[in-house]
Amino acid sequence: MMPADFPLLSLVIWLPIFGGLLVLALSDKYTQAVRIVSLSVATLTFLLTLPLYTQFNMTTADMQFVELAPWISTFNINYHLGVDGISMPLILLTSFSTVLVVLAGWRVIEYKLAQYMAAFLIMEGLMIGVFAALDAVLFYVLWESMLVPMFLIIGIWGGQRRVYAAIKFFLYTLIGSVLMLVAFLYLYYRTDSFAILDFHQIPQFDLTAQILVFLAFLTAFAVKVPMWPVHTWLPDAHVEAPTGGSVILAAIMLKMGAYGFLRFSLPITPDASQALDWLMITLSLIAVVYIGLVALVQEDMKKLIAYSSISHMGFVTLGFFIAFDIFENTGSMQGAALGVEGGLIQMLSHGFISAALFLCVGVMYDRVHSRNISDYGGVVNTMPVFASFMVLFALANTGLPGTSGFVGEFMVILSAIKANFWYAALAATTLVLGAAYTLWMVKRVIFGAIANQNVAALQDINAREFLVLALLAVAVLGLGLWPKPVVDVMHPTVQHLLEHISQSKL
Amino acid sequence: METLALGTVLGPLAGAIVAGLFGKQIGRAGAHWVAIAGVALSFILSLVVFKQIVLDSAPTHNASVYTWLVSGGIRFEIGFLIDKLTALMMVVVTFVSLMVHIYTIGYMRDDPGYQRFFSYIALFTFSMLMLVMANNFLQLFFGWEAVGLVSYLLIGFWYQRESAIYANLKAFLVNRVGDMGFLLGIAAVLLYFNTLDYAEVFQAAPQLAQHTIEIIPGYAWSVMTVICLLLFIGAMGKSAQVPLHVWLPDSMEGPTPISALIHAATMVTAGIFMVARMSPLFEFSETALSVVLVIGAVTALFMGLLGIVQNDIKRVIAYSTLSQLGYMTVALGASAYAAGIFHLMTHAFYKALLFLAAGSVIIALHHEQDIRKMGGLYKYLPWTYGTFLIGTLALIGFPGFSGFFSKDAIIEAVRASQLAGSGFAYAAVLIGVFVTALYSFRLLFLVFHTQERMDAHTREHVHESPPVVIWPLVLLAILSVIAGFIYIGPMLFQGFFGEAIFVLPQHDVLQQIGAQFHGAWWFMIHGLTGWPFLLAMAGIVTAWLCYQKYPEIPGRIQNALAPLYRLLERKYYFDDFNDAVLAAGSRAIGRELWHGGDEKMIDGVMVNGTAGSVGWLSTVVRQVQSGYLYHYAFAIIIGLLLLLGWPLWSLFGRTS
Repeated sequence: MMPADFPLLSLVIWLPIFGGLLVLALSDKYTQAVRIVSLSVATLTFLLTLPLYTQFNMTTADMQFVELAPWISTFNINYHLGVDGISMPLILLTSFSTVLVVLAGWRVIEYKLAQYMAAFLIMEGLMIGVFAALDAVLFYVLWESMLVPMFLIIGIWGGQRRVYAAIKFFLYTLIGSVLMLVAFLYLYYRTDSFAILDFHQIPQFDLTAQILVFLAFLTAFAVKVPMWPVHTWLPDAHVEAPTGGSVILAAIMLKMGAYGFLRFSLPITPDASQALDWLMITLSLIAVVYIGLVALVQEDMKKLIAYSSISHMGFVTLGFFIAFDIFENTGSMQGAALGVEGGLIQMLSHGFISAALFLCVGVMYDRVHSRNISDYGGVVNTMPVFASFMVLFALANTGLPGTSGFVGEFMVILSAIKANFWYAALAATTLVLGAAYTLWMVKRVIFGAIANQNVAALQDINAREFLVLALLAVAVLGLGLWPKPVVDVMHPTVQHLLEHISQSKL
Repeated sequence: METLALGTVLGPLAGAIVAGLFGKQIGRAGAHWVAIAGVALSFILSLVVFKQIVLDSAPTHNASVYTWLVSGGIRFEIGFLIDKLTALMMVVVTFVSLMVHIYTIGYMRDDPGYQRFFSYIALFTFSMLMLVMANNFLQLFFGWEAVGLVSYLLIGFWYQRESAIYANLKAFLVNRVGDMGFLLGIAAVLLYFNTLDYAEVFQAAPQLAQHTIEIIPGYAWSVMTVICLLLFIGAMGKSAQVPLHVWLPDSMEGPTPISALIHAATMVTAGIFMVARMSPLFEFSETALSVVLVIGAVTALFMGLLGIVQNDIKRVIAYSTLSQLGYMTVALGASAYAAGIFHLMTHAFYKALLFLAAGSVIIALHHEQDIRKMGGLYKYLPWTYGTFLIGTLALIGFPGFSGFFSKDAIIEAVRASQLAGSGFAYAAVLIGVFVTALYSFRLLFLVFHTQERMDAHTREHVHESPPVVIWPLVLLAILSVIAGFIYIGPMLFQGFFGEAIFVLPQHDVLQQIGAQFHGAWWFMIHGLTGWPFLLAMAGIVTAWLCYQKYPEIPGRIQNALAPLYRLLERKYYFDDFNDAVLAAGSRAIGRELWHGGDEKMIDGVMVNGTAGSVGWLSTVVRQVQSGYLYHYAFAIIIGLLLLLGWPLWSLFGRTS
């Protein structure tokens, strides 16, 4: 047992950041040392985040592991950290993914290895900080600074059009975030505080103001998720990013937008959320159907997975914003909890599955240097072990029961029917569309006779690659076969959130 | 009972995991021993369960194993419900699976994917058991998708063949269309019952019989009808009912043992089982029952017709399977659930037998499946021929064979049914009897009789299969003969299923038939005078005339009825429609949304348009930054005036 006031969150934020700086200092002269230090830091950080789960109090919706220190007292800005049932699992996802990314970049990255590893470690600290921040300014600073390492990762280690993609990524997310800052300033003006939890408690918040604040947040978060029609930066970014960049982008960064809806939009502006929930639901369903169809015709594997990500994230936002309709139809928030928790599980599951699929594409790209579906065919003949993993993750992506991909979709669909039959029916089209685009790709890439000499020359995965994929396979199957332990930690927080948003602030 | 149940499912699972992950280490023999041991254990335990539940009438076992998830106040459990229906299904599934496992040793002897194959079929047995033993909709869906997964893996088992990996993708996608309905049905169950537990749902069902729902505003539909139809869409996918049947013939790309196990005896009957299990729901919607009845009748007749024009031995049997699944579905629609399950059981035996015997023919001819290149094989393959003949007689419902009892019971039940559509269904299943006999004996004659049409090289090497292949055939043949005679009485008329199947008194056609039932002998003799028997005989005679006696007749008919023949040969154009309209259509829409929507509209107009206008704005603004000091000074003064003027305006402007 650690003492109650042990600054665990600070530790897991700053340890990777300082670790990253250390790696930077080692520089490329000591590549092996760079690798070992990076892996040690990432692993240690992951192990240190585990107590967040094991010592988590599942009976309260209050923030836990709270740290509070004045930062800029003139404006009542504090270094304020804490986690609840929504943010804690995301922090674990972050520290887990970083270990995988470090392992995945082990030998593959030859150019400026130290900087590469340092960027990921520093980014890990910043991302954990985003999920743990309870002060709006702290949140904003971390949110924006997190973009810098990702910008560099795409811009330096990316593919041919990396500069275009990096700038598109940066501008999109930056412009979105600026409006969030305006919203924060307005909320500060209303509350005299930058504490996020104080924002939740604004009394007498008139609808016009709420809607404006909601829309400001929406621009920031919709770009991150990303929601249709502000999603077009994502396929470009993924295609150009190195494998590790894609993994973090898909597994963690997309989650920040969804996290923002739960932490800011819903609790701060519940009436605006209710007034505009039709918009959110529509955009979510467009993501599922429209993007699903677009994914079907992709020729680049990374683009396909990127579109698949957008489609799957549609379930997350759908799960969150059907709450009001369910409340209206059933008079209780119980059914809504299923949707919100389904959305949260979908976030975690998508973190595992999309990371795994991007890593699989990375494994093939490292050998053949192509992401085009048409350059492959019959990979199973030369890489049987790899093919088994790829098929497993592909099936998880289609939402097969027993894998994590099923849990969130199942919960959201079961919940959506309480809001409206057609929401559920449209969402359920993913059963067909998701299977179509994913397994059609598998058919063309993995199965079949050996298509060309590149495929004939393929070597199956080595021990390191096996380890990375096996860890993800365990996560995907574990969460699919027994999601209860993960969902249980969310109950009090989600329940509290739903009670909070069911009360009007007008 | 809990331990028994766990042992039953975990045996095959352990076999699958060991054979799958450690196939290389344990070798080929190791893989088949571990898989067979797992399934054999499962079979023995199923027999014990059958004895306790059915013979000793032990109370129904209904308990949860673990809680999968709790959310929104609902507990999602993994658990077992073992009543008489389950017990029967367990025995059928594990028995056929065991036979197929043993047969596989011979059939797949030279295949490099031997261990993988055993791993898959053991995994299939586990999944199928989880499906039939579920005590709630969640686990049902789990098993449902898991058997679909294994089917996908096994159809594409020979992954180098383009046709195989096309067929498995097709099977998965068509099933997913059904699953979409199924999942929505489950969601609707949760919406109205607030639980997914069978027992609780069934208990509450009568209270919901009168409730309505407006899916399309203004149209009130019965909740039960909506739920049942959605669930039935799932059954249509898995049990290959028109129009979701298109995947099953193509699934024959998989190795023959799995055609027998998965695509004939067990998995494809999951839909039948599910509807029987849901009888407490379906009974409260006559609309849904009528739909089930009509869909089943269409499948039974029209899929049978396609069997007449096929030339691939496995495809003929596959269309026969479709048609027989139609018969089972008809039984469900007529509320004769017990008859549907009875037919499911007899069909599992004789159809597994037919497929395995066909497999024996195929290996004897070195993987030749075209019946135009067979003929006269009865001399070379006496055991295969004998068992195949028994399977065929059972299939056409020859009096005394198992299929006779189950099929006649269904036909009688449909005749007694009062539901809308039952007249059509009765006609369809009657004509279906003739069709069944025709395609079955056409196959028998063309394969085992008539002239030898294989090439000389093949003929020299034709040999009867090894005992490991023959023994399963013999055991299945015995059951194909006797299972009907033994079980017709208890299963249909003596309350075999107890409370597992629920029928409203006004729908209870089996009770009406049972009132005149005087034992299996009587049923058999009674059948000798009925229309089905005469039609079956007519079918055999027609087949004999057309394919044995006057082989030139089919060609003439084909020429005379060319358009009709073409319709059958193109399989009513279902595949053409799906490929040209649904598949190509979605891709075209996808491409349009991608290039037109994402690239032109969003990136072109919105994003680059914004960038363009920003660029234009900055050129305008740039003019202002002229560098002349007096311009700036002037601007400052204007700004000051505006700034000062604003409060003045707001002060005076409003009052005036």
